[in-house]
Amino acid sequence: MAIQFTLNGEPRSVEADPEKPLLWVLREDLAMPGTKFGCGAGLCGACTVHLDGSAIRSCLTPVSAAEGMAVTTIEGVAKGAVGRAVAQAWTELDVPQCGYCQAGQIMSAVALLAQTPRPSDADIDAAMAGNLCRCSTYVRIRAAIRKAAGRKAADAGGKAGGEARS
Amino acid sequence: MSAETLTRRGFIGVSLLAGGGLLFDLSVPMAARAADGQPIVVTAFIRILPDNRVVIGGKNAEIGQGVKTSLPMLIAEELDVDWAQVTVEQTHADQAIFGGQSAGGSRTTPREWLPMRQAGAAARAMLVTAAATRWNVPAEGLTTASGKVIDRRSGRAIAYAELAAAAATVAPPDPAKLKLKDPADFRIIGKPIGGVDTPAIVAGKPLFGIDVALPGMLHAVLETCPAFGGKLKSANLDEVRAVPGVRHVLTIKGDGQAESLFDGVAILAESWWTANRAREALKIEWDDAGKTGFSTASYERQAEERLAGAAESEVVRSGDVAAAFAGAAKVVKARYSYPFLAHGTLEPQNTTALFKDGAIEIWATTQNPENGRALVANALGLPPAKIRINLTRIGGGFGRRLMNDYMVQAAAIAMQVPGTPVKLLYNRKDDFRRDFYRAGGWHGFAAALDGKGRLIGFRDHFVTFGTDGKAGRGAELSATTLPAGLVEHVLFEQSVLATNLPMGWLRAPGSNALGFVFQSFLDEVAEAAGKDLPALMLELLDEPREVTSGGRGPAFLTGRARIVIDKVLAMSGWADRKALPAGHGKGFAFYFSHAGYFAEVVEVSVVEGQPRVLAVWVAGDVGSQIINPLNALHQVQGSVIEGLGQALAGQRITQVAGAVEQENFDSHPFQRIDATPRIEVAFVTTDYPPTGLGEPALPPVIPALVNAIRAATGKRIRGLPVDLASQPA
Repeated sequence: MAIQFTLNGEPRSVEADPEKPLLWVLREDLAMPGTKFGCGAGLCGACTVHLDGSAIRSCLTPVSAAEGMAVTTIEGVAKGAVGRAVAQAWTELDVPQCGYCQAGQIMSAVALLAQTPRPSDADIDAAMAGNLCRCSTYVRIRAAIRKAAGRKAADAGGKAGGEARS
Repeated sequence: MSAETLTRRGFIGVSLLAGGGLLFDLSVPMAARAADGQPIVVTAFIRILPDNRVVIGGKNAEIGQGVKTSLPMLIAEELDVDWAQVTVEQTHADQAIFGGQSAGGSRTTPREWLPMRQAGAAARAMLVTAAATRWNVPAEGLTTASGKVIDRRSGRAIAYAELAAAAATVAPPDPAKLKLKDPADFRIIGKPIGGVDTPAIVAGKPLFGIDVALPGMLHAVLETCPAFGGKLKSANLDEVRAVPGVRHVLTIKGDGQAESLFDGVAILAESWWTANRAREALKIEWDDAGKTGFSTASYERQAEERLAGAAESEVVRSGDVAAAFAGAAKVVKARYSYPFLAHGTLEPQNTTALFKDGAIEIWATTQNPENGRALVANALGLPPAKIRINLTRIGGGFGRRLMNDYMVQAAAIAMQVPGTPVKLLYNRKDDFRRDFYRAGGWHGFAAALDGKGRLIGFRDHFVTFGTDGKAGRGAELSATTLPAGLVEHVLFEQSVLATNLPMGWLRAPGSNALGFVFQSFLDEVAEAAGKDLPALMLELLDEPREVTSGGRGPAFLTGRARIVIDKVLAMSGWADRKALPAGHGKGFAFYFSHAGYFAEVVEVSVVEGQPRVLAVWVAGDVGSQIINPLNALHQVQGSVIEGLGQALAGQRITQVAGAVEQENFDSHPFQRIDATPRIEVAFVTTDYPPTGLGEPALPPVIPALVNAIRAATGKRIRGLPVDLASQPA
């Protein structure tokens, strides 16, 4: 059946099994592979997208649930002011390592900042705890969210020094 | 240690590109090193485009360790271009063209440090020669900067791109005679440079193996026997073929090797979701005779029996161990253990393959492409030259993708549907249950102290897993594991249990477990001797000297260890740790692995039986130069958090009736953001060639943590994962 929703601001109609998860409709039917498959069980957050602005796990969300709603993915999130600030902070702080989880991390971070523009450290940890980063880029995820929120990124919880031995 | 270098004159191809650019094809045979005597060849594709931009081939698999950025940095530095001019393109896999392309053992940096710089320097030298000819001046009066050759006397300058035609005719220089830059003149090496793919990752661009999309591609899932190694007896193939959307249901005949191909049933559909869901209709009868007797409970029973009896074989013996223990003033004994672990790369294993006209093209998430090529050739009877392997960015490796089983599986499926590209993708349960696991193990330790509290004798009976008395992949105990080489009387013995679980390399293989048991037990020994672990280690390390490695791996230099230990003690305020509040503690550990020296201190607080890591201090020595300080910090932070996760997150692979029980991130958890401590990192630079950073910071963090828990609570953790509730008070 045809399911209609807006995707990153554009109206889309897709013929799909209504039970098919939004994740796979995005990746397979709409050629939007930025949203990633990680666990298929809502445990890792790699598939996080926004449905009417709220972060959801697209691997568990049937596409029929998106009918008439606004879907935002990593490919479109930087069109908004919050998304742009987050993407910029992510790039400046070079957050990714392997990079696979980062679409989901960014989507969760944008949802947090849209709701809570000045999050505390506890807010950040609570909002981001559903997103697994197997490379453990967590120090920089925290710093990038602080930076996007206009807080000092310097209190990033980690620093490197070096010293030469003659 | 000896560094790799381009010591022999080889082929340096240089040619004009259509449109006036220049292509350097540097195929330089290096000193013969491979076992078969074939020269190792390194090629760095360097393309100088007509607008003077430079395209450098990233030749190694990128798993998040940063080589797609750091190796081109080495070339760009010596080519003397600005980093802003550089674009990096991933190459395909072909060791005849590119040399070694594996990503493992933290070996890329030491292997490539000189050859990559020599490649850039060779191209630069040819451009300088071309400019000298054009201007009719001696090359000695010319210099370079920002992709231009500059005449020092007249001040005139010419862009590299404008020299393309002339440079294409210059005779290539002898790489061994090239003068490399003085490190004081580095403008790219040693600077914090972001990952070359970071902007594309942040924009959600397709980069990974899972993102490969080809016209007409089908999606595949593969079912194999839950008990590793079981053979396919029968399956209801026709019923599954009737599931709407399913295009093919195929049986896969394996060769019984986990590394290559087990029997299985593949379901192909136009949608992966359809193929995966069709598994619910699949009914398979397996012949798993002889495979279902393996279980965690039985391993634990067997280990108990082995530890109570004599060991099967000796790993190393030095001095007179019996006499040392007989004459000891004090003997300390303890047993340690750790479980099997899975890798859990966030991108599940996948490969896309297209078989056509007797040749196969593969898009693979592999850390070890040439191994994959050999396995595919062997298992499927294809000539290696008929196998093309394209490399994608990889969503995490951690050693899982040193194995290429999923590549062979995808190729085996693709060969049954010639002309149709097929992407095999594991679901998360497949990924957890079809891994090459970090082996579990048990250690029965004993240490002998003399009347002055000095460690004079050390014994370990290691119970590990393997076949025919030989420990499996990553399950070995090296004869050089410290304190061997530092203590006079040493005996390492082992007993080997059988398992059907495939074993493999997990980040810092061997060391990730041995670091925990040895440095935790030595903390007990230090306590028994009335000192702390840093004091015991410094006493054992003694005067700076070389402890030979017996030909396996790099020699251990005690002086380098002392420096990082002193450094971390100062950074962490170790001397003031008695002033910590109740329920807090600091622990220390040192470990040497992958040629890197790392000393770490962990501060923990334990509230209502829950340990929380507050801070980690890391001092490391990986040689004379940190190539990319930004990525170096990332690697250390990631190693520290991953190690803490192995101890605290609850990771443990268990087995019942030959099959693994865990199937997702809830039953085999990894560390989350809310458990991330403050991490302070210092690199001590020493006058040795640079070595890798993907692994050596991981092993010491686990013993530093459990030693901190001891300091905070008085409880000694001797098994992982940490479970304080099960510890006696």
